Amino acid sequence: MTSRTVLRIAPAAALLLAVLTAAGCGGSASQEELVVGEFGSLTGNDATFGTSTKNGVEIALQELQSRSAGKIGGLPVRVVVEDDQSKPEEAATVVQKLINQDRVITVLGEVASSRSLAGAPICQNAGVPMISPSSTNPRVTQVGDYIFRMCFLDQFQGTVMARFTAQTLNLKKVAILKDSKSDYSVGLAQFFTEAFTALGGSIITEQAYQSGDNDFRAQLTAIKAKRPDAIIVPGYYTEAGLIARQARELGLKQPLIGGDGWESEKLTEIGGEALNGCYYSNHWALDSPDPKLQAFLQSYRDKFKGDPDAIGGLAYDAANVLFGAIEKLAEQDPSAFKGLSSAHAGSSARSEAEKKLRDLIAATTNYAGATGTITLDQNRNASKPAVVIEIKDGKKVFNSTFNP
Amino acid sequence: MTEFFQQLVNGVTWGSVYALIALGYTMVYGILRLINFAHGDVYMLGAFFGYFTARFIGAAHDPNPLKALMVLLSAMVACGLVGVVIERFAYKPVRRSSRLSALITAIGVSLLLENGGILVFGADPKFFPQIITAREFTIAHGVTISNQQLIILAVSVALMFALRFIVTRTRVGKAMQAVSFNPTAASLMGISVDRIITFTFMLGSMLAAAAGVLVALQNPKIEPLMGIMPGLKAFVAAVLGGIGNVPGAVVGGLVMGIAEVLVVGYISPTYRDAIAFVLLIVILLVRPAGILGRHVAEKV
Amino acid sequence: MKRLAVAAVTIGALAAVDMLLPRFLNPYFMRVLMLCGISIVLAVSLNLINGFTGQFSIGHAGFMAIGAYSSAIFSMHIGVGWVSALSALGVPQGLAQAAALVVALILGGLAAALAGYFVGLPSLRLRGDYLAIVTLGFGEIIRVIITNVNAVGAARGLPGIPAWANFFWVAVAVIAVVGVSMRIANSTHGRALFAIRDDEVAAEALGVDTTRYKVIAFVIGSFFAGIAGGLFAHYNAYLHPNSFTFLKSIEIIAMVVLGGLGSITGSILAAILLTVLPEALRSAQELRMVLYSMMIIVLMITRPGGLMGSREIDVRRWFGRRRARPA
Repeated sequence: MTSRTVLRIAPAAALLLAVLTAAGCGGSASQEELVVGEFGSLTGNDATFGTSTKNGVEIALQELQSRSAGKIGGLPVRVVVEDDQSKPEEAATVVQKLINQDRVITVLGEVASSRSLAGAPICQNAGVPMISPSSTNPRVTQVGDYIFRMCFLDQFQGTVMARFTAQTLNLKKVAILKDSKSDYSVGLAQFFTEAFTALGGSIITEQAYQSGDNDFRAQLTAIKAKRPDAIIVPGYYTEAGLIARQARELGLKQPLIGGDGWESEKLTEIGGEALNGCYYSNHWALDSPDPKLQAFLQSYRDKFKGDPDAIGGLAYDAANVLFGAIEKLAEQDPSAFKGLSSAHAGSSARSEAEKKLRDLIAATTNYAGATGTITLDQNRNASKPAVVIEIKDGKKVFNSTFNP
Repeated sequence: MTEFFQQLVNGVTWGSVYALIALGYTMVYGILRLINFAHGDVYMLGAFFGYFTARFIGAAHDPNPLKALMVLLSAMVACGLVGVVIERFAYKPVRRSSRLSALITAIGVSLLLENGGILVFGADPKFFPQIITAREFTIAHGVTISNQQLIILAVSVALMFALRFIVTRTRVGKAMQAVSFNPTAASLMGISVDRIITFTFMLGSMLAAAAGVLVALQNPKIEPLMGIMPGLKAFVAAVLGGIGNVPGAVVGGLVMGIAEVLVVGYISPTYRDAIAFVLLIVILLVRPAGILGRHVAEKV
Repeated sequence: MKRLAVAAVTIGALAAVDMLLPRFLNPYFMRVLMLCGISIVLAVSLNLINGFTGQFSIGHAGFMAIGAYSSAIFSMHIGVGWVSALSALGVPQGLAQAAALVVALILGGLAAALAGYFVGLPSLRLRGDYLAIVTLGFGEIIRVIITNVNAVGAARGLPGIPAWANFFWVAVAVIAVVGVSMRIANSTHGRALFAIRDDEVAAEALGVDTTRYKVIAFVIGSFFAGIAGGLFAHYNAYLHPNSFTFLKSIEIIAMVVLGGLGSITGSILAAILLTVLPEALRSAQELRMVLYSMMIIVLMITRPGGLMGSREIDVRRWFGRRRARPA
């Protein structure tokens, strides 16, 4: 058996090995340039997140162009974008490709924690820093000291929502309607529950739906029977808008409260008047007078003819933090900086430079980003305030700020 | 009790949508013994054609029944054409091949429509404009029903009766029955089997398109992958009722809709998709011919 | 004795390749190679069900998922304990990990096989199209259940699986599945399967217990799908239910159909092609899925037999007739 089997597979295997080896031995680009990698879900279920991230990074790159002809320390910056099709194993593959084929100096990504978790160990093992703009699962940065994130953790966001509900709105009995298919939503619901019950509130019922669902009447009917003061909807804007509509259709008048997953210009389009009197916590408020935010908003509107969501803003900040760290390295340690160039890929100079870059990123303090003032704490998570947005007359209005 | 009746209302509304889609499946299967996997995606295309038409004629700015009707009809006509094209280019060449080949082809067409939709329309969900102003009515026991749900029911029933009329009272309908019974004999009787098959696809696609527009009225979020699950569930509904059997598709659709809503409301919403398949497995084990189906012995 | 010698040489060669490969291939290409191997196991195992026996099963990803999650749970909770216990006794760590991996994989395979049995037994009474939808349904039910079980991470995924899989074990799995398939193909058991594929009613009339053979094919196919799932889990070190959707089942079917239903070498070649091609087509990523679906349609219209039809590559013919084959 064995000999025939081997004889049958041998040609195919040999062919495969030969092809891969030949291609693998091939040289990589050895130009003097800085290559940054980006991975996101450009297709598949979460295609909108990947596109937002890509757009945010593009604006940052555009500004670098006008600032210094797209160069840092004299070397041109190039961003390679890869699509992970919303699949975690694909995320691992593309991160591997970015590191080994494109020889990137840093990886930007991802939005969904499941895909960040797939790519982070690869970056950590290779000694390449990874900055996730908006993954909220605490485990992501726990993978290692080369992994950073630009956003607050859902632990904090849950607390913010709980404080707002219990203290600002003074409501004590709530129902939760979470998205059981999204780790973000499940996690946020959990953190909210912990914080809310600690503040003396109670969750009288918890229902679930799945992202992609169109009809929530069954769950809303069950919630209606329990008469809560408010309904917490820690999911994404696509469902939140529909939930609001159907809730009002069923006669539910309570306010709906959500998290940053609600953030999108489509939210009010989908939810319409049903969303009036609802609130959600977010990274920024678009009507804030903050100059950095307004500048970003303008550039984004000019280029993409629409409003950015928080994911785009966080990606923009992540890219800028990275560029800032590279610039600092070029100033403070030009010889080490040279190691970042593609021409030195794979050398010890590169690993040295990566270490220094990592340290500089970790030292980010009080960086004035479009999504707020960012300081990275010792766990490499961003410590920044959250805002609560209220929806009044179909418009999003800033309500209050909560500091960590 | 109110909750139960409310769930029933929701269930019957969804059931009529599944019935519309299931009719297309059952007709095609009856004639070709092919599970047209792409049927769910035709439903999605119906919603999108309706979306573009509605925006084009500005139906949302000035909602009136005439414009709404135009949206519905244009979607139906467009998808009827799509159905014909799919049949001609993808299914006709594999009619002589094995059943597995035809099935794989259908899967391929489905993937093409979905990914083509992502490419052309964009993956982000669109919001179907409100072409009918929403209003609620309270019927007995505190149960509410919206005028959209009433429209869905009315249009579905009307279309089902129209289909029944076509199938039983017109010549082409009788030809359809003949071809599904025995294509060879039908062609010997002078019926152009090719034409009938094309016509069947067209009819089925038109019904799916109508379902797409009707659903978009009530649940305005549309996106290119929205047809996968409803398509599969409608197929299960067709099997439930007896595949190849037109009234069976209606019965199956209603059972499917009600069962799904009841499971979501009383057991757990996360098992919503699974209930369809559980029903399928149960019916295939207990009564494979379906509720209204007749067991046809396989001739060797 | 000769067989033992060949086996020993093969194992030695594989171990050598396993150690030397990282020198020549960067981790990205290693990854593609490993994914090819896993795809081959999936395709060949499905070929047993769809190609040999002619049963439309489109829920293969469900069995892969069961194998993946079972083996992962075992490794994470029990396997690591064994490895540390063995290391404490002085066993080299690589060996201990290999042993734990083998046990985990086999457990995963057995779990998947069991699922295959319970799915197959009632379903295999059904005719082609219905069987397809039922298997699809089971695949989806399995995925929905996994998404709802918190203990395996549900929708959040399952990180932290020990990354014990390497080239050696993937290669061994490939050889195992191909070997078993070939053995079956050349046996009377295989003839029964082919008979069922060609004309089930006739086979039954000739005394072939069709249900029994169909279930056996199903169980064996699921077993290897479970092994592939286990390798997948122990290579990625992270599992998420989104990796096991209906689309994954279709990808595996595409491989079997592209290669030619019933051809083992066809399945191998198609698996390699369909794993490597998307990597090569990265530049056209938006068009990728559209091209993929068009390829399936065109293939079914023009050459439904796939690349190899139901023939196999017989390498010995290239070397001349050194051994007489029985007619």
